[in-house]
Amino acid sequence: MILARVVGTVVATQKRAQFEGSKLLLVQPETPQGEPKGATLLAIDSVGAGVSERVIVVLEGRAAGEALGKKLAPVDAAIIGIVDQLDYVE
Amino acid sequence: MQMARVIGDVVATRKDPNYDSIKLLLVQPIGADGKDVGRALVAVDAVGAGVGETVFFVRGKEASFPWHPTEVPADAGIVGIVDHYDVP
Repeated sequence: MILARVVGTVVATQKRAQFEGSKLLLVQPETPQGEPKGATLLAIDSVGAGVSERVIVVLEGRAAGEALGKKLAPVDAAIIGIVDQLDYVE
Repeated sequence: MQMARVIGDVVATRKDPNYDSIKLLLVQPIGADGKDVGRALVAVDAVGAGVGETVFFVRGKEASFPWHPTEVPADAGIVGIVDHYDVP
C-alpha cells in the first residue's frame, strides 16, 4: 500500500460494468513527509474518502478487486483507508 | 489506474490469436494537471474509445478481464472514458 492525497474527482459514463456505483478519485502519491511523489493515479474509493484527505491506496489488481467487492473487476488501485494520524521516525 | 489521452491507433496483423478483434490504441498518460506523464504505451480497448478522447486505463493482468475467459496477454487496458474531472 502507499500513502496518497486525494486531489480530484473523475466522472465517466462509458466504463466497464464493474465500475457502476463506485466513486473514482484522483490521488497523488506522497512521501511520509507529505511531499508529492510520482504521477497522479486514479483509484476506486471503497471507504468514502474526499478531496484533500490523506489515504491508503492498495496498488495491486486482486486486492483492489476485493476492495470493490466484484469479481473480475478490471481495477488496479483502490483507496482502502483514510489516514487519521501518521507517526514515524526519520 | 491512470488517466491518458488516446493519441493513436495500432494495427497489427500478426499477433497472438487471443488478440483477434481486439482494438489496440496508443495512449499517453496524463497527470491531474492534464500534462503528459511518462512515455506513451499500447493498451487494449474495452470501452470503444477513440483518438482524442481522455480515458482511464488499468495496468496488469486485470487489463484482460473484460475478455474473460479468453486469456488475452495484455498488461494495459482502457476501461473507461472520462467525461470530465475536477481538481479543486
